Amino acid sequence: MKISEMEREEYVLPGNTSCHGCPSTVALRTVLKALEGNAVLVIPACCTSVYMGPFPNSAINVPVFNTAFASAAATASGIKASLEWQGKDTEVVVWAGDGGTYDIGLQALSGAAERGDDILFICYNNEMYSNTGIQRSGATPYGAWTTTTWKGKREHKKDVSELMLAHGIPYVATASVGYLRDLYEKVKRARKIRGFRYLEILAPCPPGWRFPMDKTIQMGKLAVESGMWILFESIEGKLRFTGVSKSIAEGRRKMKDLEEYLLSQGRFSHLTEEEIGEIRRYVIKKWEKLARLVEGEIDAAVAKFYV
Amino acid sequence: MYEVKILTGNETAAYAAMNSKARVVAAYPITPVTPVVETISKLVEEGRMHAKFIRVESEHSAMAACIGASAAGSRAFTATSSHGLAYMHEMLHWATNARTPIVMAVANRAIGPGWNIWADLGDALSQRDTGWIQFYCSNNQEIYDTIAMAYKLAEDRKVLLPAMVCYDGFVLSHTSMPVELTEFDDFLSEYEPVWKLDAENPFTHGNILPPEDFAELRHNIQKSHDRALKLMKKIEEEFFELYGRRTPLILEEYKMEDAEKVIVTMGAIGSEAKVAVDSLREKKVKAGLVRLKSFRPFPEKELRNLLEDKKVYVFDRAISPGSGGPLYNELKSALAFSPVKRIIPKIVGIGGIDVTKRTFERAIFERKVWIKEVVS
Ligand SMILES: Cc1ncc(C[n+]2csc(CCOP(=O)(O)OP(=O)(O)O)c2C)c(N)n1
Ligand code: SF4
Ligand SMILES: [Mg+2]
Repeated sequence: MKISEMEREEYVLPGNTSCHGCPSTVALRTVLKALEGNAVLVIPACCTSVYMGPFPNSAINVPVFNTAFASAAATASGIKASLEWQGKDTEVVVWAGDGGTYDIGLQALSGAAERGDDILFICYNNEMYSNTGIQRSGATPYGAWTTTTWKGKREHKKDVSELMLAHGIPYVATASVGYLRDLYEKVKRARKIRGFRYLEILAPCPPGWRFPMDKTIQMGKLAVESGMWILFESIEGKLRFTGVSKSIAEGRRKMKDLEEYLLSQGRFSHLTEEEIGEIRRYVIKKWEKLARLVEGEIDAAVAKFYV
Repeated sequence: MYEVKILTGNETAAYAAMNSKARVVAAYPITPVTPVVETISKLVEEGRMHAKFIRVESEHSAMAACIGASAAGSRAFTATSSHGLAYMHEMLHWATNARTPIVMAVANRAIGPGWNIWADLGDALSQRDTGWIQFYCSNNQEIYDTIAMAYKLAEDRKVLLPAMVCYDGFVLSHTSMPVELTEFDDFLSEYEPVWKLDAENPFTHGNILPPEDFAELRHNIQKSHDRALKLMKKIEEEFFELYGRRTPLILEEYKMEDAEKVIVTMGAIGSEAKVAVDSLREKKVKAGLVRLKSFRPFPEKELRNLLEDKKVYVFDRAISPGSGGPLYNELKSALAFSPVKRIIPKIVGIGGIDVTKRTFERAIFERKVWIKEVVS
């Protein structure tokens, strides 16, 4: 898809109250364009509840229903049931942070996924709670500084996209703010599928990750190029790598050094050699695990990974 | 057109939701309300109830889904009890501030630990500050009627508040009684929301609300409760004219004309209290009863008028530890400046202890506040 073919209408007001260089607004703008505005957004407590702006104004020009932190997916199920009853084909989209997805929102998410409710659940993952001022979440990577892990997080993240694969839902994909066209196309494909769909977008957050605010897109690319974030898409159980991750998996492209990614962020600046080694091991395991799930490419893919 | 069926309180609630044309139901099982969930599931699967039934994974989600459904323009229903209601707490507040007129059946049950599945109004009474309208029923017909009346009230644009219809666990939830299954077509039409989520008319609901606007919202909710009280009388009349049943929404009086000693209570034990009043009168005690139906809004004025110059015995089937009976406390403050002779607290029926007419009699003849055994 060419950029010139993308929807021109804007659904997110430029000049809203997000931080400069905010990955969430960029991603939301892209998602709403892909949906051409035919969506109801359900938003639990997160950065977006703030940057949409205070009543009586709003920076988002589709219907938005704010809900409690734990209940995004369930609220969306209720809205969808009502719209189905009314015979309306509006996409009901959850727009949640990683806290509202990985942690407090996980139960409602899993429930709605298991029921197969016709919802598009999107997690913009900035790998911490930024609304409350940068605390660790279940999505925070090993070693990252946050205000509840001052010396670096001691645990690796859990992986909700994998968990969603295990739910057997018809669509699971990852995307990155570094590749907005890829994101746009994934939303378009997800829109065509019925049932519960899960999309997770890596959202490098300048104040939370401690990098300059003009580097958001670059950071989103570097995360993928270094293998730390893996782009994939699973449609009806058929998993494939996409974009740069695909080139890496097929051995057409060398991964960038992980250190380049880690050390360009203040949250990792204190890491020791051993800690970096621990992250490397985690990343390799992740690739191997995913590669095993990718049909056809298994051997070639596993063989070519090195970080 | 109507039929009379022998139904438990739970089945009654399910039929009431069906005939009230609830279109989205989201619910989660918990004793003693589970049969409501099962019955609705069956009615929907058999195609008798025209609704979407969302089989959620928790009560928090049940309420969230109801809020979503209501916000999108559908009449929503759920049912819960005890721990389930406690688990919903956050979303109960949400439903009120979001102005989603959901109706919920609550089979009142104690909260653990010390797992106790029996009747105790403490679960609902501890939600009194969530802004929900609260009705307490004393028989199954009343459960049936009140659910329809609650929708009528809740959805009125002067009210727009959620409402819970409470009934004692097991005592009513599992006791079969004849219920007239009136169809409510003349009384309740399809839900016509004042606002709803609609992609063609986008607006943002529930974003950051500055202090002045928030105060306005909260004040409006209080005013809506005041208006609800006025509307209740109208709805009682309309219901009576249509169906010939005097189903109270605010309160019920029994032998109050010349009463000197008045029992005030709520819920199922309000039925037993009538038997107690008759028995007391045989013993030449001029007893009377005020059975409160609406705990929120609290009908302060009505109660004051009725209880002036009386000796009032308040029977609470709940306890607010560190304070006392919730109904007693509310009433005491409502009557603070009234010439009441005395107002005396009684705590009965906690954790499902059976409350008999003798319980009332003993409580009135003895000074003890707590009755912790079955008085047979
Ligand atoms: C029940 C509950 N607990 C805590 C909070 C406070 N809270 C609001 S947003 C938030 C973190 C959100 O993190 P995430 O979902 O990752 O979104 P982000 O802020 O990063 O955009 C927290 C802890 C809340 N609103 N509700
Ligand atoms: S903290 Fe991060 S995600 Fe939140 S508004 Fe700022 S830049 Fe965006
Ligand atoms: Mg976050």
